[in-house]
Amino acid sequence: MQTKRITFKAKGLPYLLVAPQLAVTLVFFIWPASQALYQSVLQQDAFGLRTEFVGLANFENLFADPLYLASFKVTMVFSFGTTFLSMGVALMLAVMADRVIKGATGYKTFLIWPYAVAPAVAGVLWWFMFNPTIGVAAYAIRQMGYDWNHTIDGNDALILIIIAAAWKQISYNFLFFLAGLQSIPRSLIEAAAIDGASPFKRFWTIVFPLLSPTSFFLLVVNMVYAFFDTFSVVHATTAGGPGQSTSILVYKVWRDAFESLDLGGSAAQSVILMLIVIALTVIQFRYIERKVEY
Amino acid sequence: MATILLDQVRKVYAGNVEAVKGVSIDIADGEFIVLVGPSGCGKSTLLRMIAGLEEISGGEIHIGDRVVNNVEPADRDIAMVFQNYALYPHMSVYDNLAYGLRNRGVAKGEIDSRVKEAARILEIGTFLDRKPRQLSGGQRQRVAMGRAIVRQPAAFLFDEPLSNLDAKLRVQMRIEIKRLQKALGTTSVYVTHDQLEAMTLANRLVVLNHGRIEQIGTPLDVYEAPATTFVAGFIGSPAMNLIPVKAKEGGLALETGEGLLAPNGHGVAQAILGVRPEDLVLATDGVAAPGGLSLEMTVIAVEPVGAESYVHGTVEGLKDDIVMRAGPKTDYAPGSRLKLTAVPEKLHIFDAQTGARLNA
Amino acid sequence: MVENRPWLTFFSHFILLAGVVIVLFPVWVAFVASTHDPRDMLSGVVPLWPGDRFIQNYYEIFVEGMAKAGAPPIGLLMMNSLIMALAIAIGKIAISIISAFAIVYFRFPLRVLFFWLIFITLMLPVEVRILPTFEVTAGLGLLNSYTGLTLPLIASATATFLFRQFYMTIPEELSEAARIDGAGPMKFFRDILLPLSRTNIAGLFVILFIYGWNQYLWPLLVTTDEGYYTIVISIQRMVSVPDSEPLWHVIMATVILAMIPPVLVVVFMQRLFIKGLVETEK
Repeated sequence: MQTKRITFKAKGLPYLLVAPQLAVTLVFFIWPASQALYQSVLQQDAFGLRTEFVGLANFENLFADPLYLASFKVTMVFSFGTTFLSMGVALMLAVMADRVIKGATGYKTFLIWPYAVAPAVAGVLWWFMFNPTIGVAAYAIRQMGYDWNHTIDGNDALILIIIAAAWKQISYNFLFFLAGLQSIPRSLIEAAAIDGASPFKRFWTIVFPLLSPTSFFLLVVNMVYAFFDTFSVVHATTAGGPGQSTSILVYKVWRDAFESLDLGGSAAQSVILMLIVIALTVIQFRYIERKVEY
Repeated sequence: MATILLDQVRKVYAGNVEAVKGVSIDIADGEFIVLVGPSGCGKSTLLRMIAGLEEISGGEIHIGDRVVNNVEPADRDIAMVFQNYALYPHMSVYDNLAYGLRNRGVAKGEIDSRVKEAARILEIGTFLDRKPRQLSGGQRQRVAMGRAIVRQPAAFLFDEPLSNLDAKLRVQMRIEIKRLQKALGTTSVYVTHDQLEAMTLANRLVVLNHGRIEQIGTPLDVYEAPATTFVAGFIGSPAMNLIPVKAKEGGLALETGEGLLAPNGHGVAQAILGVRPEDLVLATDGVAAPGGLSLEMTVIAVEPVGAESYVHGTVEGLKDDIVMRAGPKTDYAPGSRLKLTAVPEKLHIFDAQTGARLNA
Repeated sequence: MVENRPWLTFFSHFILLAGVVIVLFPVWVAFVASTHDPRDMLSGVVPLWPGDRFIQNYYEIFVEGMAKAGAPPIGLLMMNSLIMALAIAIGKIAISIISAFAIVYFRFPLRVLFFWLIFITLMLPVEVRILPTFEVTAGLGLLNSYTGLTLPLIASATATFLFRQFYMTIPEELSEAARIDGAGPMKFFRDILLPLSRTNIAGLFVILFIYGWNQYLWPLLVTTDEGYYTIVISIQRMVSVPDSEPLWHVIMATVILAMIPPVLVVVFMQRLFIKGLVETEK
């Protein structure tokens, strides 16, 4: 790994400098993570008196548990739904913002601030909008002939949290798409225009392919967001319900640990989540290495 | 003011790469020494070892009367001017100059007068309040010099300080550095790969190649009597013509055995014959200078550069082209054949194996 | 634009305006709700135009407290959020900037190991190690304390990488010049590196302030004492009041207040915010 050609000579100093970071890392990250790994192969009896090594039994139980499998499915639908909804809207807005010259910065200001809104707050905002009795959005939908009620209908609830989670993320995706669009050389677009391509055709044949690194990067970032940063969206609104219909993985792992007190099961879930983050991080970093080229 | 003595200095990098192989130089007080050589010859490493920025793997470096091998750069009483100037971007010109003095606990009034004095000498007084990014390349260069001057060090170290400037400014600053160094009388070590810069600045040149000294001497000595074929080829532009020769019938001929070139004054079986482009002249009436060189060249091209022209041509049996320096407006058609000669005093003979100079 | 097509430009503006409306609408609705009498909301749909109780409602939650809604005083909540956001932002920057300095400018045994240990934290969000982290924090007696709220969150691989990346772009000659000028490592850090990192620090601060302010799961775990609730957490507590209709006007006023500080930071420090955002993703 690189250092500077010239390095300072001091025996204790560098250790002193990394010590705070390292201490926090070891105590609050590495140690707990290793505990999760350890506990995932243990099981406690009903009274919490005896603990025994059970190998991969916790994992086997997990994958035999229809509730866990359902949670996996919900998480998938939720993550992909959030990612594509948010990226789709953001891309459309970014393309339009890239087109207009007048007012572009104004639009930008009005579109980026939701980044600052806490996911929990975003959840509550939409939850209120869709409130079956007093919500504006629920009212509008009712006028269209659909009886919206996320407190009873699992699909409605899932759609609600997807909208809330995607809404908050639009600003982020918009910024990166806009930056990606603005880095495409003007001359390429002009060349395509001279070649007789219509704006619509230019978008699909020139702009969109050149935007693919940005899109891929955002895809990974949004998946990470949807998997791990959305606990609060669920917890502050649907609380996983109705039934288990919005019980995403991070919500379930919390509930099993703190409400059901199923230590082994919760630890096994933690380990699976860890594997998912590691996979996503590896993808992200491999991709970033390629990004360096341009 | 101080002398600098390098005694068998070596630098070995990790992986046993030897960048500097036992270099000894004795630098007199107030002398302007230029280390010159192609990139990778070890000249910058050597300078950085004098500065204390590189560890010394072997040998000793003395500045003044002390060995500085284990002395911190700050305590070596030297100042350095970097190629990219290394000005602190967030500090004003004034603070850039003052920083080193403040770190040494120099009194405020003293700092102020030294900075003002340096600014006056370098004519940068009007922009002491500016940040480096608000300055032109030449002005930054002056500030970098100023930072060295205010310290009043025992020695100045210059690491290719002019290579980021455009050609015109480079000549101007070169003259200025020379003037300044003379006025201050501070011992200076200057690294460059530009042989013209080296020639014009140095009291003595140190020509380096592959981590070894090829020659130490005054610019004229080095030019007139290069110690090796490397020096012969490196110093001077266009470069000296180097022709492999072998003994034949009491004289020296091309390696193919054809064309008697010159008398064999040293009685060698094989050698490299060197002759500078400006020492090649047309043989009057086709007769070579007595005891001198005799060549027949076929012209390839003539490069007029204004004050003079370079005539490039081939010699039968010789791999490399030959260059002759001729007067302005010289015009030979490609393919013309010229009989060239050079007087014996202008011929350089080098050992064919070691490349070492044979004639005195 | 390459060619002039008025209808296309018009269409673009239309889409952008629609986007702005979609993005703003929920907040507008929340604001409107916070200015009405709670009874207005029990009679059918939430109104779309602000009511006349703006001053009264906000005065109420500030002065009379939110006991009725089941939450501690809003001033305390906001103070807790501010403390948490500042402590996390400053803490992360402080420990990351010095560890990056050590990793880039020194060569010492275990350097690479330390680097990887810090890197690993990138893959360990709180969500994947909830229970054991809670246990460690509880074991250290840090539940219901500001230290417990912030300390476990201040390790930062992202910030460390950001500073490392930045240091790598600083010419080596600068540290050499400083060395010759008689500056030791800490003096170099303070006089040269820190001033040069100013905009990086500011950009990062904006991002981390928002991150800290918006924390949810962690404060939820380590606070049981209402005195340490953050404003974001309090909203959830108010929403989930059992057996009664939530006090929407109070909740929505709280929502608005919870959004204001981080949103203001983004809007007024837009340039730094974007810089921070782009660089933390490198």
